[in-house]
Amino acid sequence: MVIGAGIAGIQAALDIANAGYEVVVVERLPSIGGHMLQLSETFPTLDCSQCILTPRTVEVGRHEKIKLYTYSEVESLEGEVGNFRVRIRRYPSYVNWDICTGCGVCQEKCPKRVISTDFERGIGKRKAIYTLSPQAVPNKPVIDPENCLYFTQGKCRVCERFCPVGAIDYNQKERIFEEEVGAVIVATGYELLPLTELGEYGAGTIPDVIDSLAFERLLSASGPTAGKILRPSDGKEPKVVVFVQCAGSRDPERHMPYCSKICCMYTAKHAMLYRHRVHDGQAIIFYIDIRSAGKGYEEFIHRAVTEDRVLYIRGKVARLYQEDGKVVVRGVDTLSGRQVEIAADLVVLAVAMVPRPETRALAEKLGLRLDEHGFLEEEDRNFAPLESGRPGIFLAGAGTGPKDIPETVSQASGAAGKVLSLFSQWG
Amino acid sequence: MKVSYFPGCTLNTKGKGFDRSVREALAALGVELEELPDWNCCGASFPLLVDNVLDLAGPARVLVAASAQGDKLATACTTCYNVLKRTNRVIRLDRERRERLNYFIEADYQGQVEVMDVLQILRDEVGFEEVKAKVQKSLSGLKVACYYGCMVLRPPAEVAYDDPENPHALDELMASLGAEPVLWGGKVECCGNYLVAIKPELAMEMSYRIISSAYRAGAEVLVTNCPLCQFNLDRWQRDLVVKKGGFRPLPVLYFTQLLAIALGLDPTRYELEKHYVDPKPLLKAKGLLDQEVG
Ligand SMILES: Cc1cc2nc3c(=O)[nH]c(=O)nc-3n(C[C@H](O)[C@H](O)[C@H](O)COP(=O)(O)OP(=O)(O)OC[C@H]3O[C@@H](n4cnc5c(N)ncnc54)[C@H](O)[C@@H]3O)c2cc1C
Ligand code: SF4
Ligand code: SF4
Ligand code: SF4
Ligand code: SF4
Repeated sequence: MVIGAGIAGIQAALDIANAGYEVVVVERLPSIGGHMLQLSETFPTLDCSQCILTPRTVEVGRHEKIKLYTYSEVESLEGEVGNFRVRIRRYPSYVNWDICTGCGVCQEKCPKRVISTDFERGIGKRKAIYTLSPQAVPNKPVIDPENCLYFTQGKCRVCERFCPVGAIDYNQKERIFEEEVGAVIVATGYELLPLTELGEYGAGTIPDVIDSLAFERLLSASGPTAGKILRPSDGKEPKVVVFVQCAGSRDPERHMPYCSKICCMYTAKHAMLYRHRVHDGQAIIFYIDIRSAGKGYEEFIHRAVTEDRVLYIRGKVARLYQEDGKVVVRGVDTLSGRQVEIAADLVVLAVAMVPRPETRALAEKLGLRLDEHGFLEEEDRNFAPLESGRPGIFLAGAGTGPKDIPETVSQASGAAGKVLSLFSQWG
Repeated sequence: MKVSYFPGCTLNTKGKGFDRSVREALAALGVELEELPDWNCCGASFPLLVDNVLDLAGPARVLVAASAQGDKLATACTTCYNVLKRTNRVIRLDRERRERLNYFIEADYQGQVEVMDVLQILRDEVGFEEVKAKVQKSLSGLKVACYYGCMVLRPPAEVAYDDPENPHALDELMASLGAEPVLWGGKVECCGNYLVAIKPELAMEMSYRIISSAYRAGAEVLVTNCPLCQFNLDRWQRDLVVKKGGFRPLPVLYFTQLLAIALGLDPTRYELEKHYVDPKPLLKAKGLLDQEVG
């Protein structure tokens, strides 16, 4: 069983399934892909994230050896390596997925628009019946009862009327499934530090201060602005964009003491892609120092500076506030020893990668340890980084700590290899 | 509700308007502040500067007196709050200094008193909803810039009862009185504090930034909870009107002055005439003060 179907879970599931073993995949969201599906292009190659991911999500969806439980969570796990019994709780989607064809008519006709705070990071909208993205796997919608007019006010039923196959089922209940599996890979990934935690940066109250994932959505051709860089407050194209690195990372006093490892790289990518789209725009990055250890990474940073003329200022931003339609950035340039003040049109915060709060409950159910921050703890950081400490349960991806895609994928294949070597011993 | 009260030297001398508005506003909200008998100076910022136990004796004596009277001690002066709260923390956490202090002041005090700022009492004990229900004269239409003294926020782990980088208790209180708190960038900028004594030009510049930022955000008045900030921000404007072209003065009020006015109390009791920038024309224009008051 693979828990979590981000790129880590997808890679591990495909490796194992392609070796000829059955895989059960459990994903909390209605469809698979995790954070990678929200990204625009990936460093250091600038591949289109969705384009390289979609073949893999589709393969998972179609693979005869993979049984996919989306919109589901692990309820309990008993037994031991080679013989785990799991109970899986599947949330009601209010759509009978067995007959739904994924035609999308329901989403088109649904009158209720909702701001998509999760997938589109508050910038785009979705309907009360929705899929996470047009390329969702499985491409079947769910109704969100908190916003659906039928669930909240007892009227509407528009989707039911228009569905050509009669798949809408307002009475669907939660269901529990049972499976038996030999080994488990936990690939539950990460979250971002919420803007509300960053009081010095406006605590989420300044509309033109957004987090890095929201900027990925602005950059995405399939995103809410179709890839145009438009700021949230007035929909105008920002001409001065300030990027703040280490927002909530490397700050033992107030936030996370650790380095989030990937944000130097994606911030360079953000500034670069912004400059490609807005030729007369200024991209300014505040940094403490640049951590770009990886194949082709330092060269990537160099390119941002020399080819794309991104301005790097070494120092921290002390405060952000709104004034006259601008976001005032007050910070320090530690190389010149001066305070700087910049009136920006948009500010992008490279917020810390943090553990998901729900991982705590999952770790309890599975009997796994967490580190001091709440990330999954490896059995041994040197020699058993993929083992959880409980035999038969392995770890992969950003659930154990910040990681980029190449490292996540290596771990996932590593964990899959561990599982396969177990299976080969049993014959 | 009865709560022990430590006015401190500032409120007993320069800040009488603050002191009186605190006592009367809280009384109107059903909180009876019982002044500690025979209190002494908390020592202001000095006791915490050096690692000397004896310097803590002053504030410790205040805490001991408070412990005889109840489980909470209210302060309105932010410096007193800071000193008392931090001294109490030393007593709670540092056994050696606790024992030596107790020996010296002949007491047996373990740090059990809860030191609370008046704003914190309004938020946590009275509740802003309750305050809102008691408003007689809404401050509606009054645009306020809330300015937080750093002494109630720093060091965060030891004293903060609000988000140290983005405090909002004062904004919420003002909103519950009907006023309109503006969004601005000066909330927690340093007012210059004791730089007044060593580098006055710099202190003036710092006040200038804060006041002009509030003005640009559309504020008609600055509201603060700190006597030293009040003094700095108010007093410098006398020079600023002369030195800075285009400078527009803003009155600087204690939050409890506005609270008292909103609760229907008599504004003339709170030494409005002692402010350098006269707040009376504004209050009259907003219908919060009788036209006849001189
Ligand atoms: C702004 C930004 C830009 C980035 N750009 C790049 C880049 O250009 N290049 C690069 O290499 N990396 C980039 N990254 C990093 C990249 O996002 C991660 O390396 C990668 O997504 C990690 O994958 P994952 O599968 O471990 O975690 P996730 O993508 O978080 O996937 C975890 C999955 O598990 C599911 N899940 C969680 N808990 C449970 C549970 N209890 N039960 C069931 N399912 C659960 C989640 O719903 C999710 O689908 C970027 C990150 C950010 C924030
Ligand atoms: S019933 Fe709900 S989901 Fe269906 S169309 Fe109406 S609002 Fe949308
Ligand atoms: S209209 Fe019916 S078949 Fe089409 S996507 Fe919606 S639920 Fe599925
Ligand atoms: S990767 Fe770079 S931006 Fe991110 S926390 Fe580390 S040093 Fe800061
Ligand atoms: S080359 Fe080595 S020392 Fe220099 S930044 Fe990279 S890791 Fe650090």
